[in-house]
Amino acid sequence: MTPKKSETKFKRMDGREFDETREMEAKVGIIPNADGSAMFRFGETIAVAAVYGPKKMHPQHSQNPEKGTLRCDYSMLSFSVNERIRPGPNRRSTEISKIIEWALEPVLMLDSFPNMVVDVHISILQANASTRCAGINAAAMALAHAGIPMKDLVSSVSIGKLDKQLVVDVSKYEEDWEEGEGATDIPITMTHGGEITHLQLDGKITKEQLKEAIELARKATANIYEIQKKILKESMGGKND
Amino acid sequence: MTERKIVIPGEIIEKGNDFLPGEGTEKRGNDIVAIKYGLSEESNRLVKVIPLSGIYQPRRGNVVIGKVENVVFNGWLIDIGMAENAFLSLMEVPRYVNKDALEEVLDIGDMVVAKIWGVRKRSMDLSIKSHGLGKIDEGIIMEVNPNKVPRIIGKEGSMINLIKNETGCNITVGQNGLIWIKGNKVGDELLAKKAILFVTEKSFTEGLTEKVEDWFKEEKK
Repeated sequence: MTPKKSETKFKRMDGREFDETREMEAKVGIIPNADGSAMFRFGETIAVAAVYGPKKMHPQHSQNPEKGTLRCDYSMLSFSVNERIRPGPNRRSTEISKIIEWALEPVLMLDSFPNMVVDVHISILQANASTRCAGINAAAMALAHAGIPMKDLVSSVSIGKLDKQLVVDVSKYEEDWEEGEGATDIPITMTHGGEITHLQLDGKITKEQLKEAIELARKATANIYEIQKKILKESMGGKND
Repeated sequence: MTERKIVIPGEIIEKGNDFLPGEGTEKRGNDIVAIKYGLSEESNRLVKVIPLSGIYQPRRGNVVIGKVENVVFNGWLIDIGMAENAFLSLMEVPRYVNKDALEEVLDIGDMVVAKIWGVRKRSMDLSIKSHGLGKIDEGIIMEVNPNKVPRIIGKEGSMINLIKNETGCNITVGQNGLIWIKGNKVGDELLAKKAILFVTEKSFTEGLTEKVEDWFKEEKK
């Protein structure tokens, strides 16, 4: 953001500050049949993740004898948006599934599970932009809940650009904001340690502003991490003697 | 008893070089970092994390219940609900076995109580050379979440002994979540099953043993 902009108090459509995420909520252990499960919500975007495994990989020819495999499946439920979408995999969801796999894989320690697979199913119950970020946040918690060894947790947030102003956690309205420099959406996933595991850029941005965007994401993911940590700790609180 | 705390992956449990990393932890620089979600425990400077959710991790010495999946020339392959198969060797059977007729001892589809004798990288070996192990001939088998098994057994077996006394059934709890109940009457077995389901549902409440006692009084009216 240019200094000029931040002086003139910038307010977003829904009254948020430029560096403010929507209201966040998380839950762990919501699916009794899964080995690990979690829900994550950014405002009206709700993602549910279920983890199954590690289990034996089928078919056998896809087994990796060196380390375990991570398999993600992202899907938007047909009622998640205003106009009903055809259920089942499509070009977009296949791509996002792969991206979520790449975002999560660096923190997983699957070396001790050769020939096995960890299945992560992410369902978007309600969509209002940043669905992949909510999905990654839910999946990270669900993987921890499933007892899978991980180096760190990951947290994800999307950075948008409204003309020249960078904003954190875009909503659908902001994502489609075409005025000025055009719509720009940058989903970023980071570990708690601050390493980037995933960064996408859809639109146009200068090098300087991209650096700024990463700094904004760093702050936002730190807040998300605190929520993930709090919920994970609370959910086990009941199990304490 | 040392202080226990809930940790999440990536969280620093102990700082400095005074501690050793145990199960579920890793040494990163000078810190001991958790790599699993669970309860951290420190004893004799060894820090470890006990997972309270997720799938069952086999350990040496665990008693498990499994189904005979295949008969091979030197033993049996047992399915204990894990990704890896468990192998029960001919040598680990406490009786004479005719090598040409292994299925006389255990046939495909038979259920068996066995002890994990060793865990290898990709498989584990079972043994039935001990008291209380061997083929299951009658009774009912039920499945519970493996994480609830410690609750069903209770402190030093208090809970399982209570259920055994109240129902008069013989109960074997496999660490993999399968439970074998054998009683004189089917009614007793079903009561024991109901009691175990009650324990799994209420597994987070305190003073559960007393509650189960009350529950039995209520059931027997």
